[in-house]
Amino acid sequence: MRSRFQQGLDELKEKLLRMGGLAEQAIDRATEAYRTRDSKFCQMVLTGENAINEAEREIDELALDLLAMQQPMAIDLRFILAVLKINADLERVGDQAVNIAQRVLDLISEDEVQLPVDIPRMADAVSTMVQRALESFLDGKAEVAEAVLQMDGIVDRMKDEAFVVLVQRMHDEPAVTRPALDVLLIARNLERIADHATNIAEDVIFWVRGADVRHGGAHY
Amino acid sequence: MHSMAPPVLKPISLWRRFANQGATAFAILTAILVLAPLMAIFIYLVIKGVGAINWDFLTKTPKPVGESGGGMANAIVGSGVILLISSLIGIPLGIGSGIYLAEYGRNRLGDMVRFTADVLNGVPSIVIGIAAYSLVVVPQKHFSALSGGVALGIMMIPTVARATEEMLLMVPNSIREAAFGLGIPKWRTTLSITLRTASAGVITGCMLAFARVAGETAPLLFTAFGNQFWNLNPNQPTAALPLQIFVYAISPFDEWHKQAWAGALILIIMIVGAVAAVRITTSRGRLKGA
Amino acid sequence: MGVGIEVKDLNAWYGKNLSLKSINMTVPANHVTAVIGPSGCGKSTFVRCLNRMHETIPDARAEGTVKVGEMEVYGDADPVDVRRRIGMVFQKPNPFPTMSIYGNVAAGLKLNGFRNRKQMDELVERSLKLAALWDEVKDNLHKKSGASLSGGQQQRLCIARALAVEPEVLLMDEPASALDPISTSKIEELIFQLKQHYTVVIVTHNMQQAARVAELTGFFLMGSLIEYDKTEKIFTNPADKRTEDYVTGRFG
Repeated sequence: MRSRFQQGLDELKEKLLRMGGLAEQAIDRATEAYRTRDSKFCQMVLTGENAINEAEREIDELALDLLAMQQPMAIDLRFILAVLKINADLERVGDQAVNIAQRVLDLISEDEVQLPVDIPRMADAVSTMVQRALESFLDGKAEVAEAVLQMDGIVDRMKDEAFVVLVQRMHDEPAVTRPALDVLLIARNLERIADHATNIAEDVIFWVRGADVRHGGAHY
Repeated sequence: MHSMAPPVLKPISLWRRFANQGATAFAILTAILVLAPLMAIFIYLVIKGVGAINWDFLTKTPKPVGESGGGMANAIVGSGVILLISSLIGIPLGIGSGIYLAEYGRNRLGDMVRFTADVLNGVPSIVIGIAAYSLVVVPQKHFSALSGGVALGIMMIPTVARATEEMLLMVPNSIREAAFGLGIPKWRTTLSITLRTASAGVITGCMLAFARVAGETAPLLFTAFGNQFWNLNPNQPTAALPLQIFVYAISPFDEWHKQAWAGALILIIMIVGAVAAVRITTSRGRLKGA
Repeated sequence: MGVGIEVKDLNAWYGKNLSLKSINMTVPANHVTAVIGPSGCGKSTFVRCLNRMHETIPDARAEGTVKVGEMEVYGDADPVDVRRRIGMVFQKPNPFPTMSIYGNVAAGLKLNGFRNRKQMDELVERSLKLAALWDEVKDNLHKKSGASLSGGQQQRLCIARALAVEPEVLLMDEPASALDPISTSKIEELIFQLKQHYTVVIVTHNMQQAARVAELTGFFLMGSLIEYDKTEKIFTNPADKRTEDYVTGRFG
């Protein structure tokens, strides 16, 4: 057994999961900010961004080291490749959370408006997707990852409905255009996060099964 | 190692230095002791024999007792003829058995052959002479250089065979495998590759055998028998240097004693010359780095 | 041009020990096929059965069907004839020490009765060029002995020697394991070029080497062929857990 190598792999996994935790936290805080209209949550998201970027750097470096020094093969090689891709996806999730926080700050600066879009519900679904995707990575379970792929469709529909409703509202009541636009953008950010969660799930399936299931197909 | 200080190495102890030098001195001393008798013999021969060596000695046959002059020309040539015959018998048979033992004889028959060769090596040379007498002289009803050659040839076989076997076994198996891999049959591999690789050692073995039998006297007593006159017919009794030296040495004549010393010196020179000639001709064919 | 190799139900013994168990494998022509596995798995034995070198060891035998192109290797065929058509390069370079460079390369020709001097010269030059050694030795062909070259050059000399008899298949038993990295990469480059003309089967315990040179790889374990597939598949997503354990370094 190559124990130094195994230690490296374990460390990589741990770092990635911790980064995943930071990303989940960012989503939760952004959602809380929207619900409570409290700018302190927005601030937390914005300052938390640094930790996520730092984690991305560390993980890339460690992965590069392991590739160069340990000549990993087969499942170990797929694992490291999956980690590198998930790394990039998680960093983008962090970025999207920051975008949401900025939209919320904008919403807070105006008067509160009632809009027929349930952002917190959508955010919950997205947060669950990210959580399950990271779970599937932790346990190496392809079935859990596959469940995540199923949920993407639901979130897409939620976003499309939100768009239709908000565009109609903006057309009917031009005064609410600015906050409506903010909410529309938030919906789109959430849909993007869901896409990243889907990517993470696909990478886990690639690692565990050696199958490339991206873009709908299964290639072994 | 629990301290970080650099390790202190002890200087070489006085006793060890003494032991080193003592062992080296001992090795040199024993080498000298081995060479010394050889050099002593050679120098002694030169001193005693060189006086009697002249043109007559090298070209004339022995004169009857009492007359001065005469030489050992016939014995010199006779030895050459007998040794040629013995080499023609001993070397091919010896190399052949050596090849058998090394390449094909890792079995009971091979063990028997090996044992027989070792025993033959230990048989007293006079007994071999008697055997050759019974095998060749008796049926032919006369003495001959041929029977002398047979006797000496038989004596050469074990030395050549054992040397060939040993040298062939030292050729790494990877060489044979390389030849097999090229589709070269085993017999061809053995002759053209394995034997060729071992050739230096095999030739040394042959020369050792040659040098040993060149000076043998006892086997020639009842085979070649000796001859006072010129004889180039291998089927007739022939003079040989060791025989001639023996006869002259035990004679009561001073003149013959001197010639015996000269004969001994010539014999040594012939052997050394033959060995040197073989070494020179075989090394000329050697390649750079081989 | 090379030919394919068809192996059916090949078994091999050392005395009473069954060391190869019912091997079935098809090696395609003009490809490089690697054979990997831990020590003692039978990979060398397998390759040596292909040209009947295995039976040169006392008490060793093999049974089964091996077809190299149209030639049935076992059955009535003369082992010497088989070995003439299949070339072999060994782990430790083994040039004939008493022969010159020319003599080494021509050995297979000369000792099989080839006489035409001009053709021999051409074949020697061609083989040395194929082995990427010509430029380094062309001025010393007859003067330098085979053993005076460096390790990497000696191995290329052995490759030239094997190629001179124009085999259809080239078997290589860990050809670079005794060489330094630069010589190794020269040999690997060479193998890649050789597959245009020959079918190459290479035994290696160095997985990275197999990955670099071979299109197909067979994994042997304890005398059996466990998995045989495209090299990329074996090294990125092998089907058998034992193969995976081996290539990831979890044993062997």
